[in-house]
Amino acid sequence: MAALIPDVVEDALVIVEPPSRRRWPRLRVWRAVVLFIAGAYFLIPIYAGLRFSFENDAGHLSLYAVKAIPSEPGFSAAFWLSMRLAVVTLALTLVLMVPTSVYVHLKFPRLRRLLDFVTILPIVIPPIVLILGVLRAAPLWLRASPYLLSLVYVILSMPFVYRSLDAGLSAIDLKTLVEASRSLGGNWLNTLWRVVVPNLRSALLSATVLTLALVLGEFTMASLDLWTTLPVWIYQFQQVDAHVSTAVSMVSLVGTWLLITLIVSLDRSQSRRARRRTKNS
Amino acid sequence: MTELADATRTTEPAPAGARVGLEGLVRTYGATRALDGFSLAIEPGEFVALLGPSGCGKTTALRVLAGFEQLDSGRVTVDGRDVGKISAQHRDMGMVFQSYSLFPNMNALNNVAFGLRMRHQHAAQRRQKAGELLELVGLSDQAQKYPHQMSGGQQQRVALARALAIEPRVLLLDEPLSALDAKVRAELRDQIRQLQQRLAITTVFVTHDQEEALSMADRVCVMSAGRAEQTATPATLYSRPTTPFVAEFVGVSSRVPVEPVNDTVTLFGESCRVRPSDAGVPTGEVDALLRPEDVTVTLDATAKPFVTHKSFLGAITRVIVQVDGVAVRADVRSDVAADIELGARVRLAVVSRDVLVARRAPARPAPTD
Repeated sequence: MAALIPDVVEDALVIVEPPSRRRWPRLRVWRAVVLFIAGAYFLIPIYAGLRFSFENDAGHLSLYAVKAIPSEPGFSAAFWLSMRLAVVTLALTLVLMVPTSVYVHLKFPRLRRLLDFVTILPIVIPPIVLILGVLRAAPLWLRASPYLLSLVYVILSMPFVYRSLDAGLSAIDLKTLVEASRSLGGNWLNTLWRVVVPNLRSALLSATVLTLALVLGEFTMASLDLWTTLPVWIYQFQQVDAHVSTAVSMVSLVGTWLLITLIVSLDRSQSRRARRRTKNS
Repeated sequence: MTELADATRTTEPAPAGARVGLEGLVRTYGATRALDGFSLAIEPGEFVALLGPSGCGKTTALRVLAGFEQLDSGRVTVDGRDVGKISAQHRDMGMVFQSYSLFPNMNALNNVAFGLRMRHQHAAQRRQKAGELLELVGLSDQAQKYPHQMSGGQQQRVALARALAIEPRVLLLDEPLSALDAKVRAELRDQIRQLQQRLAITTVFVTHDQEEALSMADRVCVMSAGRAEQTATPATLYSRPTTPFVAEFVGVSSRVPVEPVNDTVTLFGESCRVRPSDAGVPTGEVDALLRPEDVTVTLDATAKPFVTHKSFLGAITRVIVQVDGVAVRADVRSDVAADIELGARVRLAVVSRDVLVARRAPARPAPTD
């Protein structure tokens, strides 16, 4: 057979052979390499942080840093301040953004592009510029309150929250749902609370997670406004005891992760319950 | 027991619904006049269909009645009371939408009970009534299902039950069947009509499907360019259209060029009276509008007209005959049509002695149905 086919044709046959057998293993190797590099990029700092948290000054394994966290001066106040700011920011953001997004989608859909642009501004403007401007403009009584930070965090979280809500609202037939509710006697509040919000569960969840992550990790503004939130405390305490400070970072990382997992699993279990109810009926 | 439930258990109709008046409605969107002086009076318990092509203003009229659109001018009355200032929330009008409008976060039972919840009825009471309504639409076994677990037809039936649950003064149906397949559509069409007759609720039904409108409604209002062209019973609308638009939009018509002389025209060699029209008798070049069943076909080898198409439609066959370059449709009994070959020479005659005429339309391609 080979003798009957000239060499050139044989080469051509080799070229047109299905590529799958030769290329797939190479692709799999590349995937593994990319995954490994990305994994290392995320995991090495966490591993280093964890290892440093479980070491004493002599470099031996020790739980002293973790055990010392609750009793360290200022930790408790910083922790609860961050928690309060997170809750207030989340509440303010959702109360402000949910009705606004719904209203724009319903009544002024053309303004969505403008809102897209406006809500992206906090990403473009450096936090330091934003907080200095706010500190100059805010009245004294507000400057004296830590909740000024919440007001600024609302602005910072807007790009993420608006995009989550916008995607959620675009995924439902908002106009029809609202009109159906109104024709059945629902007022605006009932319509929002019983019809719109439950159908935005995933979007709200995503907005919540992003807002919490942002508030619990924000350093620049809190530091410039002279409030000791958890990230500021971690930074300051680094100069006293770097092991404890790193341990707090790790605990706060794990804590945030647990919080997010809890919220997501609550959402999933609710969906599962609904499915089970339907199956049993 | 509720009034609604009682009504469903008796063969006698319940007390009639509300009387609805739409008077000189005008609604503009920029330069477009969606409603241009639209008027319609609906009797209590009547089922009226708003029929028309896309953009004729039928959905806008329904939305104005529901309270979802503001009027530029005009008046909407329910039982003689102006409801223009009353919000949709307080109008007591049940509405079924074109798109599936069930609340995705609620099961069928809670969807139906939603309106009752908004009226602060006790949980047990509203559950019982929602159950009754689901039974009424034949879906009591689907009470715990969520919208995504139901078919389109089931969802629209639940939406109908939900609209009826609040015992509305007027039931508004905005093309509720258009997203459904043909079989489900026919079933639901019958079900809606039966329910409406049993409950005697004043109903306004928007559709662009003339078959739906003619088969379901007590009266049909044909709309064009934001106005009512003609409002009449389906039979009158079909057999006695008062405007050329209605004659061509409802049913099938053929246009045959004629020359009117003293309110008469000559069609296929016979003299016919020109039927008075709302638009008056047009002058200049005019066409006679002929229904296929108003034209008879007889084989005649000496005649000029010849058959170009035949479509078997069951008991009748639609034949298209070429007459002096014009295509004329005629319905022939299928057993008679069996003897008429394509290309056969035929003689045409008009059954009716009065015909509707309209200003000549621009030339269009020959029909094939």
